[in-house]
Amino acid sequence: MLAEIGYGILVVAFVTAMYSVAAAIYGHRRRSAGAVESARRAMLLLWPLITLSAATLIYLLISNHFEVSFVYEVTSRSMPTYLKITAWWGGQAGSLVFWSWLMAAFASLVTLRKWDRDREFLPWVIVVTSVTTAFFLGLVVFFENPFARYWQTAAGDVIVSMFAPSHAAAFYPADGRGLNPLLRHPGMIIHPPMLYLGFVSFVIPYAFAMAALITGRSDDRWIRLTRRWTLWAWLFLSFGLVLGSRWAYDVLGWGGFWGWDPVEIAALMPWLTGTAFLHSVMIQEKRGLLKHWNMLLIILTYALVIFGTFLTRSGVLSSVHAFAQSAIGPAFFAFIGVTLITSIALLIHRWPELRGETELRSMLSREALFLLNNLLFMSILVVCFWGVIFPLISELVTGQKVTVGPPFYNRATAPLFASLMLLMGIAPLSAWGISAVRTLGRLLWKSAIVALLVTAALFAGYTRNVMALVGFFLVALVLSITFQEFWRAAQARMRSQGENFFSALWTLFGRDPRRYGGYIIHISMMLMAVGILGISFFQMQTQATLSVDDSISLGDYSVKYESIAQFRGPDSRQVTRAVLGVYDSQDAFVGKLYPRIDFYADAEQNMTIPGEFASLKDDLYVLLIDWRPASATGATFKVIINPLVNWLWIGSLLFLVGILIAAWPRREAASAPARARRPARADRSQPSAAD
Amino acid sequence: MITKLPGSRPGLASFTFALLLLAGLLIALPLQSVRAQEPTPTDDEVNRIARHLYCPVCENTPLDVCPTEACRQWRDLIRQQLSQGWTESRIQQYFVDQYGARVLAEPPRTGLNWLVYVLPPLFILAGVIVLFRSLRSWRAQASDESPKNEAAPSSEAPADAYVARLEDELKKRS
Amino acid sequence: MSETTAGTPARRAVPIWVQVLIWAGLIGLLVILAIGLSRSQRGTVQPGERVGNFDLTLFSGYEYNGQAQVSLEGLRGKVLLINFWASWCKPCEQEAAELRSAWAYYKDRGDVLFLGVDYVDTEPEAREYLKKFDITFPNGPDVGTRISQMFRIKGVPETYFVDREGILRYVQVGPFSSEGQIRAIVDPLLQ
Repeated sequence: MLAEIGYGILVVAFVTAMYSVAAAIYGHRRRSAGAVESARRAMLLLWPLITLSAATLIYLLISNHFEVSFVYEVTSRSMPTYLKITAWWGGQAGSLVFWSWLMAAFASLVTLRKWDRDREFLPWVIVVTSVTTAFFLGLVVFFENPFARYWQTAAGDVIVSMFAPSHAAAFYPADGRGLNPLLRHPGMIIHPPMLYLGFVSFVIPYAFAMAALITGRSDDRWIRLTRRWTLWAWLFLSFGLVLGSRWAYDVLGWGGFWGWDPVEIAALMPWLTGTAFLHSVMIQEKRGLLKHWNMLLIILTYALVIFGTFLTRSGVLSSVHAFAQSAIGPAFFAFIGVTLITSIALLIHRWPELRGETELRSMLSREALFLLNNLLFMSILVVCFWGVIFPLISELVTGQKVTVGPPFYNRATAPLFASLMLLMGIAPLSAWGISAVRTLGRLLWKSAIVALLVTAALFAGYTRNVMALVGFFLVALVLSITFQEFWRAAQARMRSQGENFFSALWTLFGRDPRRYGGYIIHISMMLMAVGILGISFFQMQTQATLSVDDSISLGDYSVKYESIAQFRGPDSRQVTRAVLGVYDSQDAFVGKLYPRIDFYADAEQNMTIPGEFASLKDDLYVLLIDWRPASATGATFKVIINPLVNWLWIGSLLFLVGILIAAWPRREAASAPARARRPARADRSQPSAAD
Repeated sequence: MITKLPGSRPGLASFTFALLLLAGLLIALPLQSVRAQEPTPTDDEVNRIARHLYCPVCENTPLDVCPTEACRQWRDLIRQQLSQGWTESRIQQYFVDQYGARVLAEPPRTGLNWLVYVLPPLFILAGVIVLFRSLRSWRAQASDESPKNEAAPSSEAPADAYVARLEDELKKRS
Repeated sequence: MSETTAGTPARRAVPIWVQVLIWAGLIGLLVILAIGLSRSQRGTVQPGERVGNFDLTLFSGYEYNGQAQVSLEGLRGKVLLINFWASWCKPCEQEAAELRSAWAYYKDRGDVLFLGVDYVDTEPEAREYLKKFDITFPNGPDVGTRISQMFRIKGVPETYFVDREGILRYVQVGPFSSEGQIRAIVDPLLQ
């Protein structure tokens, strides 16, 4: 009964979304504000409807209604309640409902604002967001229905269907299959929602861009309206990627955080174009350049979001992430095709109208460097996209399956990322408008010396690896330049206003949060780079089979096998847990580690959970590979030391702080209220190092 | 080294001792060499090879971390091949012949696969060319239109000028 | 937005050659995705299709009529049961006994041949498996996964029945439940 209600509400929501699209187009055509308002109201209705349906689904999940096939597939009696709730996005059908729920929420948020100034955008924003919501709802309604039930026919077969087939009785399984054990980890609970938030938020700037193209508005109003959305979307997507990496590190049991798996890359690609977009809209706001390019970037970002979702769910690729192959592949393909063709056609059609003020006065000006930034991000995108697509092409043309793996990606993207790091250092020093080598050189030389000194110290005491040293040099360079920028600006304020250092900093953050928040983000990226350099170049690994009281030595640590035990854990898993003692190079006791293997009988799957000992210097990471109770030779352990890796996670926390600062609304200066609303571009004729 | 002095009695004991020593050495030596022929490769040596191979069955999982029974068997196979003295490239070639090119971490550089390595640099180069041509044409236009705005930025040196401009910017931005 | 006229280029549409390039690239990408998608949706080779030729090199000790290699073309005129298995495949063990007894029933006829294709496996373990389940019909490894890719198998065990003319007649995905099931499929093909 409840399942039918849930499904029925979704059908109503789907029809409402379609109506909203139709009314908006009609309202635009006939210039009927009433029709557009009706479309808006219909769109606002979507979120409450989907929430109701989702609530029904969650109720079914937590109350063990295994006759509903989705509930059977992702829950079981032994799972705790909170996991049953998160199972909502633990399977294909439920996660599509989740997507629709988020899309409807964001579309409603956008349409709730006041629309006095940009009325002509409204119909088209409604159309784009409602079409996307309708698409995902349509997938659920027609292809992947989470409310479908089990029925047993007279012949004894069990089939899945929404409504009772003739001569069939309802079938009630005794217990569910349970959530994939890989998904029962805290990081895993929040990683999909965070990614979906990122994906869905990028639809909003895209909707406004389409509205601008369709209505022929060639100014950058659409960018201003969606500036904050873009920032939040970027935050969610970045965090989704970081959480996915952390989860891979903690749970997948191979001692790394990024495997260049095709589905990981599918989520990275929109992030690459999204970051390029984030930077180049600043140029358009400040200098009026690059209108075509920004349109293209947001179209690409949206297309890559849908493409990534398609790759993950359609079965075209398979990986640790992939959902089972299903019928939604062709529907996704059609959606991608229609989206790309309409967007590109629109852009080409409006191309002449998007002229900009093409005043570029110096090859080293900030605009030029931002363009270089874009070029680098697009180059990384080309490498990633081609690496993901090529195995498909190879299989089609030669019939031979190939793997494009980490060596290819690392070799191709390392110089590109290094160049980006260099840019992160130089760009804050360059000015909008004019910059010359002399100017930059003057501002740069002190930091370069500091960076060289740091690198020399590392060369003397830590490593001879050339590539790692280049990486550390760049990190030191960017950090010292950024700190120098903070220092100079604070000093300037201290001198002119007589403030002390901290209130000077406070004022800087308050008056120009975007810039200084951006600097914090760059610093956080450098911390993350330190972590990545450490784990990529200096990882140590060893594996051995130990009897009780034996030890393995690696680096500065020695790990002693003390004992092992098997017991039943919560939610019906069989846990094999080893106890290891960790000793440092002076044989002092440092701590205990508990690596374990969890065996989930319902899913018939093993999970290898490492024991980790984290410090700023490195991570000691121990895996229990194997233990046969009957064997006398003991247990097999793999010990990994990942130097500096925790800077990756520290950096990501600072990243969060940086974005929150950057998104903060600007504080108005008390001294000049009359000029509060003047657009910032009026000062374009004056070159300034401070901008 | 035993020097047997003619006619000395203890020489017999020394001689026996030397004979026993020699016999012991002769027995011990072959055992040594037999052990040296078959050192069991350590897990680390196996993993060093396995890390660069991918599991032929599961997608995109390197062979050294893959937990399945089949992968365990393949690692044992590598161990056996290593103990027979196979080199890494010979082991890799064996895996490619048996299971196809997908076990390698990157496509082998033959035939169509050259496209993987060649196209990205070409695209990036095209991007660089487009970028520089656009930058140059924009700069040319700008210098055509307003030559007098090309003020040399040498006046930025004094800190006070910087302070003044910083304040200016902050004020304008509010 | 200030409408300075400095640096305003002429209103140029996108040049035709660029448009052609863009559309060609886009259509090309969509075609590749479409083909890839339809390939992944495609199942195994289906009954009614003619099976292409393949060569199977047999394990020593599991030859056919003294030949260390067989080819499909060379076996025309016989009813073939082609069984894909692996030593690491647990469900394969469930049908091993059925295959052994079915082979014992058919092997003296001369016009029925069981072929075992060992999918992505290691020889020592494969031999152990064959010995453990006393399987004697010709068996060989699927070198380079060529044969399994030709049949587009989705997993193991899978069994393909080919009639005397080389047409595929039946596909069994998963283990057989009984020897009778095997016989019920082979007998009609012998007519």
